[in-house]
Amino acid sequence: MINAELRKSYTVTIGIECHVQLKTATKLFSAVGNDARDAEPNTLVSHIDFGMPGALPVLNSEAVRLAVKAAFALGTEPERFSKFDRKHYFYPDLPKGYQISQFDEPIIGKGSLEIVVDGETKVIGITRAHMEEDAGKSTHPAGKDYSLVDLNRAGTPLLEIVSEPDMHSSAEAKAYARELYLRMRYADVSEANLYYGNMRFDVNVSVSKTSELGTRTETKNLNSFRSVEKSVEYEVDRQIEVLEKGGVIVQETRGWDDAKQRTFSQRSKENADDYRYMPDPDIPPIVLSEEYIAEIGAAMPVMPDAWRKRLSSLGLDRAQTETLLDAQVEFSKEGYLQLLEAMLDNQAFAKQVANWLVNIDIPFMRDYDQPIKVQRVVLYGAIAELIGDGKLSSTNAKALITELLAAESLPDDIAVYAADKGYIQESDEAAIAAIVARVLKDNPQAANDVKNGELKAIGFLTGQVMKASQGKANPGLASQLIKKQLTD
Amino acid sequence: MQSQWPSICAIASAVQAGTTSASELVERALIAIAKKDEYKAIIATTETRARQRALTIDKQVSDGLAVGRLAGVPFIAKDNFLVFGADTTAASNILRGFSAPYQSVAIEKLEAEGAICVAKANLDAFAHGSSTENSDFMTTKNPHDSTRVPGGSSGGSAAAVMLDLAPFALGTDTGGSIRLPASYCGAVGYKPTYGLVSRSGVVAMASSTDVIGPLTRSVEDAAMVLDVMAGKDALDGTTIERESAGYTNLAGALPSKVGVIKEYMAEGIDPAVKGQIVAAIDALKARSVEVVEISLPSLSAALAAYYILCPAEVSSNLSRYDGQRFGHSDLEARTLDESYGRSRSTGFGREAKRRIMIGTYVLSSGYYDAYYVKAQTVRTKLIAEFNEAFQSVDFLLGPTAPNTAFKIGENIKDPLQMYLIDILTVAANLVGVPAISLPAGSANDMPVGLQIMAAQKNDRALLTFAKAYEELLA
Repeated sequence: MINAELRKSYTVTIGIECHVQLKTATKLFSAVGNDARDAEPNTLVSHIDFGMPGALPVLNSEAVRLAVKAAFALGTEPERFSKFDRKHYFYPDLPKGYQISQFDEPIIGKGSLEIVVDGETKVIGITRAHMEEDAGKSTHPAGKDYSLVDLNRAGTPLLEIVSEPDMHSSAEAKAYARELYLRMRYADVSEANLYYGNMRFDVNVSVSKTSELGTRTETKNLNSFRSVEKSVEYEVDRQIEVLEKGGVIVQETRGWDDAKQRTFSQRSKENADDYRYMPDPDIPPIVLSEEYIAEIGAAMPVMPDAWRKRLSSLGLDRAQTETLLDAQVEFSKEGYLQLLEAMLDNQAFAKQVANWLVNIDIPFMRDYDQPIKVQRVVLYGAIAELIGDGKLSSTNAKALITELLAAESLPDDIAVYAADKGYIQESDEAAIAAIVARVLKDNPQAANDVKNGELKAIGFLTGQVMKASQGKANPGLASQLIKKQLTD
Repeated sequence: MQSQWPSICAIASAVQAGTTSASELVERALIAIAKKDEYKAIIATTETRARQRALTIDKQVSDGLAVGRLAGVPFIAKDNFLVFGADTTAASNILRGFSAPYQSVAIEKLEAEGAICVAKANLDAFAHGSSTENSDFMTTKNPHDSTRVPGGSSGGSAAAVMLDLAPFALGTDTGGSIRLPASYCGAVGYKPTYGLVSRSGVVAMASSTDVIGPLTRSVEDAAMVLDVMAGKDALDGTTIERESAGYTNLAGALPSKVGVIKEYMAEGIDPAVKGQIVAAIDALKARSVEVVEISLPSLSAALAAYYILCPAEVSSNLSRYDGQRFGHSDLEARTLDESYGRSRSTGFGREAKRRIMIGTYVLSSGYYDAYYVKAQTVRTKLIAEFNEAFQSVDFLLGPTAPNTAFKIGENIKDPLQMYLIDILTVAANLVGVPAISLPAGSANDMPVGLQIMAAQKNDRALLTFAKAYEELLA
């Protein structure tokens, strides 16, 4: 194990390449379906994806539109001119013998995004992002003398987003990965389903004791924020250990073993591959008009950083805000942020609703697998009113919210419903005073303790009042009346 | 040679009127193909499918249904067109036995108008060559002298037309592959503007210069075939819109002024060929057409640029022939790398390998700028020079080939000499302009071709001029 002090003596440098699957209906260059999740192998393959003689790629304009949205999501604008190139290598899951990608003139140039780690905001540069087609999937069954190729995925449109080497810790790498994920989801350019590999991270890590960068390794195909974080931690310690033992870091591609939580060597990159890039003569360059770009820019959804600013007036803590931002994509149909935004001119109410969302609604949704049928704005408006009138305790509010979120429809009068269900607390002073008098009479010892200054007995007595009222008494009012009757 | 085939229009009209049948026409073509087998123009016939299609069309006619404007017209496709009814081999061993799962768009369009493909024509394997001697199967013989080549790479198509096997044939032209065999065989060979005809379903050679076009006995027939095939296509992103007037009903006077390309009439051109071209130009002058000399200085580098860009694209386009999914696969191989290596080295012929090697070299890191980028610079300059030339004249003239058909085997050992034959045709491909080769008499007892080029998308004007000129030269 590397001790913390030794680790501190090294500068860690991290750059991340992320492949995002664009959510088009069809592939990047053919009219075949793009969703291979539940398809039998090799059923989503056209003559184009198969690399048949005479087959020509035809660019899917929807992929271009999504890439333009991604440009805005990455804090920049798309390039007015970009083109496709061929990247050549032989492999059975690459039918044409080349991958169509963008080499020197990608659709997205320099951009940036902000991350916050330990309360500090950092800007991470985006070097570029380019469109390319995915390859097929090869599997090598253990103990067999053959391999299997599934071309369903071949030709799926990807956007590869390359960061600057601006990250210096596993926490920053994780934060960047999450921020990228949120932006792609908010921009609605990708399903970004990590489980299905819609977003895959290749993480480049190097360590150095000097101002010069160390030799880097690239851990490929990470599909969770946690594996990004853990692989960086593992790789940093591994590299330091090698260097401390007098060894050298080999520039190589590494894989991540999630079960063992460690990286492993896949192939050496010492001999740089020569991909013989060449402009693809089958695909005319992409030339975007100002009009087209402006139109997409104007229709861009609000990005996470803008939401953070909008919500900042509510005084939520960072964890609450981020929970809401995550929930916005986790339960994208619920429109949590839009709900809050509509309430922003009533700050107190909005803040209260934000708390309910974070503490009640979102946890409820995690266990609830059906669509919500009621209107939250009506529900939360009624709840807030009942609480404001002192008729609902926070405990009962939670029960009521949970119950009504699962309802087919909201009752005509939520106050009446709550009363019928026994959730309304008694705030009639005379009625509670009668209960208090009875409780003081039944508990003379405790009453005496209060008189003698033992204030914690008030809690006990209040509890007794609540019990006697079957939970309906307003506890604040009850404790006031206890004090009042004992001092009078 | 008097043709057994009337004009395409006349044939289709006869079928439509019921005075002749599609079946009769298909049989006539199949008999001619069998009779002229010794010329090795045809790799395979599609007879079963052709006969079925003919029966369908004849039934439609007898049922009084509308049939297309090419109803019953038999044709022959170069064997790099994906066609149903016979294998598609591109005359290469690596595609031997390959049965196309879909048809090329050009074929589909012709079939939609009632044309019937009866056979697949020989070519230099993958269209790499100028004589059909690079075919992995056989060498086609020139219809005028069977000891001579028909030109290439669409040599089988040009020979088929001049052997009277069918009213028209399809070819592809990447650096002159329609025009050169047209010149050597005495046919009309038309290379349209780049992108005017969909390349979808045609085995790619060099994607940025590949075009599809007809080989015929007359300009009118060529225009008719083009008219059916031309236009934007959803399966080829490089296609362009057709001209609104279309390409038929061509009528027009000779232009007032044409340009003769100075570099095309210089040294290295067979004087006998040059003599025929001068005579053709004089015929224009006699009709009061002003003839000016136009110099395009970058033409001197065009061939060199072509033989960098073309192999670069070839090396890339041939990557898919890897023995893994279709075509020839060496089953002796024990590892993946061995399978790639052996399948490709036994499947590709010498010329394909040569072009893959050159192309791989010029695209390699460290050489890319020196070769590929420089060649693209030449191409850009050439485009600018042609654009400028077309500011002052609508048409540029010159010979199609520097010589007439040469003896089989004469150049086979010298690839450079073979490449030089394309010297007058590659420019039109690099620039993307339309060009036609018209028969212009003979020299050395062999046909001579006159080449005319026009600006991009001026195909109708070019065909109109060519038709008028054809009458003048007759």
